[in-house]
Amino acid sequence: MNMVNLTIDDVQVSVPSNFTVLEAARKAGINIPTLCYLKGINEVGACRVCLVEVVGGRALAAACVNPVTEGMVVKTNSNRVRATRRSTLEMILSDHNRDCLACIRNKNCELQDLAERYNIRQVTFEGKMSEPNIDDKSQSIYRDASKCILCGRCVAACEKQSISVLSFLNRGFETKIGPAYDISMADAPCVYCGQCIIACPVGALHEKEEDQNVFDAINDPKKHVVAQVAPAVRAALGEEFGLPMGTRVTGKMFAALHRLGFDKIYDVNFGADLTIIEEGNELLNRINNGGKLPMITSCSPGWVRFAEFYYPDFLDNLSTCKSPHQMEGAIIKSYYAQKKGIAPEDIFVVSVMPCTSKKTEASREEMFNPTTGQRDVDAVVTTRELARMIKTAGIDFMKLPDEGPDNDLIGDYSGAGVIFGATGGVMEAALRTVADILEEKDLPDFEYKVVRGVDAGIKEAELNIAGHNIRVAVAHSTAAARKLLDAIRAGTAPEYHFIEIMGCDGGCVCGGGQPQVKAQDLMDIDVRELRAKALYEEDEIREIRKSHQNPDIIELYKNFLGEANGHMAHELLHTHYHAREIYPDSVLAEEEN
Amino acid sequence: MGATKTMTHDEMVQALDQVIQRYAANGRNALMQVLQEAQNIYGYLPLNVQRSIALGLGVSVAEVYGVVSFYSFFSLTPKGDYVVSICMGTACYVKGSQAILEKVESELGIKAGECSKDGKFSINACRCIGACGLAPVITINDDVYGRLSADEIPSILAKYKEA
Repeated sequence: MNMVNLTIDDVQVSVPSNFTVLEAARKAGINIPTLCYLKGINEVGACRVCLVEVVGGRALAAACVNPVTEGMVVKTNSNRVRATRRSTLEMILSDHNRDCLACIRNKNCELQDLAERYNIRQVTFEGKMSEPNIDDKSQSIYRDASKCILCGRCVAACEKQSISVLSFLNRGFETKIGPAYDISMADAPCVYCGQCIIACPVGALHEKEEDQNVFDAINDPKKHVVAQVAPAVRAALGEEFGLPMGTRVTGKMFAALHRLGFDKIYDVNFGADLTIIEEGNELLNRINNGGKLPMITSCSPGWVRFAEFYYPDFLDNLSTCKSPHQMEGAIIKSYYAQKKGIAPEDIFVVSVMPCTSKKTEASREEMFNPTTGQRDVDAVVTTRELARMIKTAGIDFMKLPDEGPDNDLIGDYSGAGVIFGATGGVMEAALRTVADILEEKDLPDFEYKVVRGVDAGIKEAELNIAGHNIRVAVAHSTAAARKLLDAIRAGTAPEYHFIEIMGCDGGCVCGGGQPQVKAQDLMDIDVRELRAKALYEEDEIREIRKSHQNPDIIELYKNFLGEANGHMAHELLHTHYHAREIYPDSVLAEEEN
Repeated sequence: MGATKTMTHDEMVQALDQVIQRYAANGRNALMQVLQEAQNIYGYLPLNVQRSIALGLGVSVAEVYGVVSFYSFFSLTPKGDYVVSICMGTACYVKGSQAILEKVESELGIKAGECSKDGKFSINACRCIGACGLAPVITINDDVYGRLSADEIPSILAKYKEA
């Protein structure tokens, strides 16, 4: 790569010729403010907050889209630049619902940061303001258009997922962001991956909050409240308390959950281990008995909804396994309830998840126990909601000791369960078990590094296990899933046996329920890699690293479930899917009236 | 507009299909042309037509709606047999076109941008039509009425109601 020399605020800097002024300045130790910019997702120069003075240039230039040139002289902090940025900010603020104290993003808002940085003392432009326009109809995503600054980051994030349910609508002052026909997210073909929430710099998009329901259940003496926490949460929760990205906070996380007053706390890694037993056996059955192949994982509810809306012809390829937390919820309300002598209706199961789509998944009618009519999981809170609950409760997270989950009945978990939270993890966990079953021994080499990593959206491998050639693929993000499924439809892909698909880029560690990372911080790091590292670390230190060796799983089958894929397992742990119509006539008719 | 009145529903669906197929290979690049031809067929762009176009061109439905709602040329509501356009340009506005618009709305029982239930009238509050000398001015299809007062509106509309 050719290098280019330029001067930014009297600092000489040499950068690759494909750098923008914004990137070059960052290398020179100067942070040019941004708002609509989101690296690799939204680089459009729309908000004009990153304007800089290029000496010899006629007008100010947007640093995020202007490439560097040899000998360029840039001023990022002249009076002219500062005054322009301030007016731009004031104009953005003039139509922003500024109830910052009551905003979910208070103290975690990129617009607030800019108002602070530029010493905004009053908003001089007074005029008409957009009406509050709240869409809280879906179970997963809450939108408030009066907070929206039309930066377009959510639109770009949705487009990057190849879904595009969000678009700019109307024109001029009436411009807003929403699904087609300005219908609710609940009626749009949205998979609730929540990447729009992760992209939003302000409080216009967030999860549908359920923390109060959880506090209510804890407060109810009649309820036996069981929390179960997903693997990816431990890889990111620390960020909410100022810890560096990638810090694994497993011990403090369990300590915090104990202090919040849950009656029992378990790890969804147990549910992940259980998923591997069911899914691994389902795969072997399909291979041995001429079942539908490739079999595709069904852990990610964003992916499942994506298939239901956009690839219904693949629904028979999906594993019938429920996702790990749904399986574990079903086991808590049957096996656990029976062993503890507690009526299932008195148990309230709370899942702590890195995911917004899980909220909708938990309310699917397929996720109710057909005999008792009880939900497998009663509430789903995101990593962010858990952090807020910890703060509300006054728990000093940094001072917490390391604790573990409760260790009775369903408390143990393997390293294979932990890595479910990273792309390739479910595949690797399944291969560890499937290989042992086929080879009929405890194989010493069980790390399948070929399916790890984030560089490729689609990873492929061909493995020889006990004389079988097993072809696998891993796709993360719905865009990668689309590419892979299109190739399979077109007949240009190899004949895979098993595919892992996760709805979010990087897997669950980058789910829509994880802490938001500021756009400026995203310029230097790969969140997917850093958070995944925390999970692989935990895998390495676990004594048991294969799901089928988890003693609590062995006991569960021996004392309760019987056979893997057997009758009771099917009743409790498996589900089905159905095709969903996009923008069905019923929704259109409602809009047209 | 002429095509709308002579085509049956099935013919319109068929005509739209042909348009989409003709442009399908061009994908999103052809969106504007397809929307324009679809509006020629239907007289406006019903939601299900937008959905068909999105699916046919491989563009998201939200993006299609984004384009349709951006350009004032595209209409989301059906047009009546008689389109009453009230000029809201500066000259007409200062000469009282707001009162004219309100009178037309109350006489027809519909708002600007809407179409009457029987499909006979729709109201269009439009930008300057370039007849400032006649301000305030309205047009009903190709007929022009200038230097109006609100009192004259009922008798003008009556001609079309009976037609």
